[in-house]
Amino acid sequence: MFWKRNYRLHPEYRQGVRDLVSVATGIGAWGLMTGVAMVKSGMSTLEAVAMTLTVYAGSAQLASIPLIAAGAPLWVILATAFCVNLRFVVFSAHLRPYVMHLPLWERLVTGYLTADLSYVFFAKRYPHHPEADTPAAQLESQQAYLMGNCAINYVAWMGASLVGIAAANAIPTHWGLEFAGILALMGVMLSLASSPLRMLSMAVSGAAAVAAFALPLKLNIVTAIGVAVVLALALERARPPAVTATGVPGEKNG
Amino acid sequence: MGETDGWTLLTIALLAAVTVLTRCLFFISSRPWSLPHWAQRGLQYAPIAALGAVVIPEVVMTQGHLIGTWQDPRLFAVAAGVAWFRWNKGVLGTIVVGMTVYLPLRLGLGWGG
Repeated sequence: MFWKRNYRLHPEYRQGVRDLVSVATGIGAWGLMTGVAMVKSGMSTLEAVAMTLTVYAGSAQLASIPLIAAGAPLWVILATAFCVNLRFVVFSAHLRPYVMHLPLWERLVTGYLTADLSYVFFAKRYPHHPEADTPAAQLESQQAYLMGNCAINYVAWMGASLVGIAAANAIPTHWGLEFAGILALMGVMLSLASSPLRMLSMAVSGAAAVAAFALPLKLNIVTAIGVAVVLALALERARPPAVTATGVPGEKNG
Repeated sequence: MGETDGWTLLTIALLAAVTVLTRCLFFISSRPWSLPHWAQRGLQYAPIAALGAVVIPEVVMTQGHLIGTWQDPRLFAVAAGVAWFRWNKGVLGTIVVGMTVYLPLRLGLGWGG
């Protein structure tokens, strides 16, 4: 929980805040345009506010907004959101060892709050997952970092989305401000491109997502991740990589 | 502005449940379990692959098709953003520089509108 005092006072919390502040403009622009898109699709203010405050998943919202407006069957809307969110299932498999020391309800809140950029920054700062003998202080500082970073993501997204809902008719969609969100994701993507195999998986995944774009339910994204990861693993096996900038190779990676 | 509709509110509540379910799927059971080794190795590549799969189509496609013109503000914005990132490594600067190139091309020249 990012409002918990013992996290807020931890130095790693401030580091998490600093890291996310660097992308908050992009998150904000993306949230703003998601707010605008909800209202312009014909949702009432109450519905748009409810969606912002509860769903908290920009890409799933953007995918489901036109389906709701078109009166699509409920299962189609939910299946679409699930598929768009499948990458979070991958993230949760990765983050599991980092959160299992917490009680269930706190794990659920942590997972709910951990959107794309929070996950990416966290995985970058803590590449090695904790083991059974990891000291409690280390677990606490990891969690403090994650919560500081989620706090900024949450505030930037929610604040901007609510502004977008309130000012929907004053912000022309043809300005294309949501592109700032793509630039934010791109900046983070570039900061992860620390080894040749990672760059290759980025390029392969992007090309596969374009090639498979016609798949329904945005399944092109998960397909592309699968193709890129399998290819990177095959190449890694064929030619074990030298030590990279982040020191990732070795037995204990996650 | 539309009317509030009970069915839409139900849909929204279930969408929130989908968010929790997908983000927490592997957090729910506390039985001992760990990922197989190959999957742990693969997770090294998953974050950047996920971002590539989201970002790249948003830059080179319009309405589900590859763009057929170089007069698209996104290409120039991305080039400027990448150049900034290589020089400075800052994500905020990447966003600001990219949008500084993007908005005049889009609003001034009407590209990609």
